[in-house]
Amino acid sequence: MSAKLERLSQHLEKHLGDRLKRLTLALGEVSIEVAAADYAGVMLTLRDEPELGFEELIDLCGVDYSAYGESWQGRRFAAVSHLLSIANNWRLRVRVFAEDDGFPVVASVTPIWSSANWFEREAFDLFGIVFDGHEDLRRILTDYGFVGHPFRKDFPISGHVEMRYDPDEGRVIYQPVTIEPRENTPRIRREDTYGDVAHG
Amino acid sequence: MADIRNFTLNFGPQHPAAHGVLRLVLELDGEVVERADPHIGLLHRATEKLAETRTWVQSVPYMDRLDYVSMMCNEHAYCMAVEKMLGIQVPERGLYIRTMFDEVTRILNHLLWIGCHALDVGAMTMALYTFREREDLMDAYEAVSGARMHAAYYRPGGVYRDLPDRMPQYEVSKWKNAATVKAFNENRQGSLLDFLEDFTNRFPKYHSEYHTLLTDNRIWKQRLVNIGVVTPERAKQLGFTGAMLRGSGIEWDLRKKQPYAAYDKVDFDVPVGVNGDSYDRYLVRMEEMLQSNSIIKQCIDWLRKNPGPVITDNHKVAPPSREAMKSNMEELIHHFKLFTEGIHVPPGEAYAAVEHPKGEFGIYFISDGANKPYRMKIRAPGFAHLAAMDEMSRGHMIADVVTIIGSQDIVFGEIDR
Repeated sequence: MSAKLERLSQHLEKHLGDRLKRLTLALGEVSIEVAAADYAGVMLTLRDEPELGFEELIDLCGVDYSAYGESWQGRRFAAVSHLLSIANNWRLRVRVFAEDDGFPVVASVTPIWSSANWFEREAFDLFGIVFDGHEDLRRILTDYGFVGHPFRKDFPISGHVEMRYDPDEGRVIYQPVTIEPRENTPRIRREDTYGDVAHG
Repeated sequence: MADIRNFTLNFGPQHPAAHGVLRLVLELDGEVVERADPHIGLLHRATEKLAETRTWVQSVPYMDRLDYVSMMCNEHAYCMAVEKMLGIQVPERGLYIRTMFDEVTRILNHLLWIGCHALDVGAMTMALYTFREREDLMDAYEAVSGARMHAAYYRPGGVYRDLPDRMPQYEVSKWKNAATVKAFNENRQGSLLDFLEDFTNRFPKYHSEYHTLLTDNRIWKQRLVNIGVVTPERAKQLGFTGAMLRGSGIEWDLRKKQPYAAYDKVDFDVPVGVNGDSYDRYLVRMEEMLQSNSIIKQCIDWLRKNPGPVITDNHKVAPPSREAMKSNMEELIHHFKLFTEGIHVPPGEAYAAVEHPKGEFGIYFISDGANKPYRMKIRAPGFAHLAAMDEMSRGHMIADVVTIIGSQDIVFGEIDR
């Protein structure tokens, strides 16, 4: 790994200390994991400490881990943010798992980066992750009056309802979907060394 | 005293200046915008969810349909993310072809942007001019991929095929006589590279025509100068990237700062604005077009001299040639496995970003080792820019909202995904 990422990891360990639950260096990217309780504080340090200097929140998204791999043991929902430091020209990925799978809540980072506003609304809309402290947590991408959180793994790709014009009632109505779910290429997981793409 | 109340106006979703399906709820005090609340999602197709049910290669054409005016740049980010996770190298010629087509795409995007932006603000002629030039670049797309817009030309591991030796020709029909067709075909006699070189030689002249029409135009300046000013601090807070960030005076370009493809081997400058208003963003994008033109020229020179493979020869990722497939059992099996089961990407996660014409376009993948992504997240530049709409339009007149939408370079394919 390059010296630059090494330096970033050292700065992270120095400034975050115990609050750093996990630090991984893979594929030329640094990822850290923090506990939900420390999340807002860690993010503030990441922005304000000049040795880290992450002045931009590039992306924030929700992830539903319930179907990951053979059997997923950890918490179900995570919020993953990508940070960028323009001054230091490096990036960081921060992952925080919500404590409660039934009602996932993590702190909002809108007071730290204004750009988090819509990203958090999107993660709420698609995954149902509630961002504590967000002032305007409305749905953003789905239709007005949509029910459910469509990007969760238990939400079918075809959805639950479809819309059509009903000539008898003379208006557009919702009804349960009539299409059958169809999978042309099945999802296959092989052993990790299968094909050995990187070295073949 | 008369009862004064704020006026709420619904702008769109079917408004020609909304650049697609944007519903903007404007709270007005007279003609002054008090609050702008963009309602998006009317074009939401759940591309990210669809990608979870498609193999890694099957999602490439979906990328074209995100930002449908800069198709190949979207594909580039996608392929880069897959390549990063697989740990495979793209042949150098493939990298140069990608660089060249990224810049062709940048000009395509900026031409559409300046045409529509000027049209919204009141300069009708621009759209006619820019669509004339776009036609040539679309032909380059068509020559290389068979499609004018939705190319699906970049693939994980390289590009689908090498550049063609001859350009498609116009044919005589009942609408075009022989003389017209001859004039149309004049710059299509050679290869695609000859055709593009001819374009790069003509383009600076067109470009100066745009400058003559707009840059010192009194109406254009009255409509753009000091409209939608964003300070550098706010630009960083709001997650701006690309021309929006550079317009505010921050020198940041991924092609320079975190080079990918062949950008570290070509020479170009990064224009930076001063005031952070719509006019500066206009000037930045205009200069970017000239820089792209020069990058295309450098790539043409290199590609002329250096033949070679354009896609990796790792047949776990890229299909073998048709010829090899028909004479060799192993290649046949590779082809069959690749097109029925697809690529297997090792477990892990990766984020790859490109300097898209609109800003930083990134793809974030989580893989659990299957032949399909576990989660894909598209980081669309326009999403962050449109989120700043409220802040940028506050205190401006309602007509300025149109200017601000135009200077943000909004396309709904990528914002709604």
